[in-house]
Amino acid sequence: MSGVRVLVGTRKGAFILTADGKRKQWDVSGPHFAGWEIYHVKGSPADPNRVYASQSSGWFGQVIQRSCDGGKTWETPGGGMTKTPDGMPAGESNKFVYDASPDTGKPLTTHQWYDGTQHPWEFKRVWHLEPSLTDPATVYAGVEDAGLFRTSDGGTTWQELAGLRGHGTGPKWQPGAGGMCLHTILLDPSNPRRMHVAISAAGAFRSDDGGTTWKPINQGLRSQYIPDPTAEVGHCVHRIALHRLRPKVLFMQKHWDVMRSDDAGESWREISGNLPTDFGFVIDVHAHEPDTIYVVPIKSDSEHYPPEGKLRVYRSRTGGNEWEALTKGLPQRDCYVNVLRDAMAVDSLDACGVYFGTTGGQVYLSADAGDSWTPIVRDLPAVLSVEVQTLR
Amino acid sequence: MIRVVLPPHLRTLAHVRDEVQLDIPGRVTRAAVLDALEVRYPVLRGTIRDHVTEQRRPFLRFFACQRDLTHEPPDAPLPDAVASGAEPFVVLGAIAGG
Repeated sequence: MSGVRVLVGTRKGAFILTADGKRKQWDVSGPHFAGWEIYHVKGSPADPNRVYASQSSGWFGQVIQRSCDGGKTWETPGGGMTKTPDGMPAGESNKFVYDASPDTGKPLTTHQWYDGTQHPWEFKRVWHLEPSLTDPATVYAGVEDAGLFRTSDGGTTWQELAGLRGHGTGPKWQPGAGGMCLHTILLDPSNPRRMHVAISAAGAFRSDDGGTTWKPINQGLRSQYIPDPTAEVGHCVHRIALHRLRPKVLFMQKHWDVMRSDDAGESWREISGNLPTDFGFVIDVHAHEPDTIYVVPIKSDSEHYPPEGKLRVYRSRTGGNEWEALTKGLPQRDCYVNVLRDAMAVDSLDACGVYFGTTGGQVYLSADAGDSWTPIVRDLPAVLSVEVQTLR
Repeated sequence: MIRVVLPPHLRTLAHVRDEVQLDIPGRVTRAAVLDALEVRYPVLRGTIRDHVTEQRRPFLRFFACQRDLTHEPPDAPLPDAVASGAEPFVVLGAIAGG
């Protein structure tokens, strides 16, 4: 019997929504980690019962949680109570320390600050957790201030992949209003050495050697809000997405502009086409149709809500440029929510399900690839992230 | 036996319901109390003070015996009433309105 498990991170806890393959009746569990900001929850493709969560707080900092039973119970890796001081666990599952070693850390000292001065990197939180496609104990973490970490022991310890900050452009990176965060990590299913990341406000980067070395992949991006609109770095990329069967094709929702690359990010072209506005945060790809993509247009960078108060998902079946509004079941008046960058996902059932969460606390589902929508829940705290596991 | 009162979120993390009781050999200082707390509950490492710098997280305060000890040096002795267990050492989250 197939089913789906929707992992929802919110401003005040995590929620897990489960249903069978019909996606009609939903069980809602939560809040898990009540009162904490849950930036992201994601399951391992290699073991769906292994789920990781990023739990953070302005008071208490970062905590990493791990579940081995699909989110029913949770543990902090290596953080259990000790009976005696002897052999105590290290308690380092929330320890994200930037690499400052002479070999890799030397160029990693500062980035650009709001006032144009250089500012030291300071760890704030984990925005995104990306489990390995093949090993449940290996997970990548995208953090603020922007950096990439990896665990290979199930979250007990984390090490920075310092080549990203160390490739040379780090001092030019700068925070946007939401902070300087590494929010997107894409692992190439066809090439275990290749991964892409995206940073606000630095741009997109690619590694072809498992994360050791990196290069910016922002050629073709144009951003009017930076001094050189076509600069190598400095672009506020909000999200990138790919289809597992065609991983060289990337889709991007930038601060403004929806973009496409057909060569793994070497070059980009705009595909905003007839969208009512090309500002937005999310972008995702249909599970079975590599040229069917989804965005949720947001009015502008200063008005983070849908144009005209109408919540509309836009779908392109042509890989961009030609978009259709999907409105059935979505509020078409007086709607002023936002859909944040990690808050859209798809399942891989035969009839592809599309899910997104809003800052108004709704999680919407379309079980027919976007033709019609229904809320699974309406009144959660502001939704920060949505992920879906297809269970078979 | 030193008594430590944690804020609710940290009690949840540490899986404790009430006060935490700790044995502190030697001088009873804030640093010694937090060291012992983190040995017993490794999950609390990094949540009260920074992993690397050991600086207090900005929104946390330390109270005892109706006094704010937040800005006392970490190696200063805590009040006798805390050292004897008569009064708890309180870790408190700053209030957040709105």
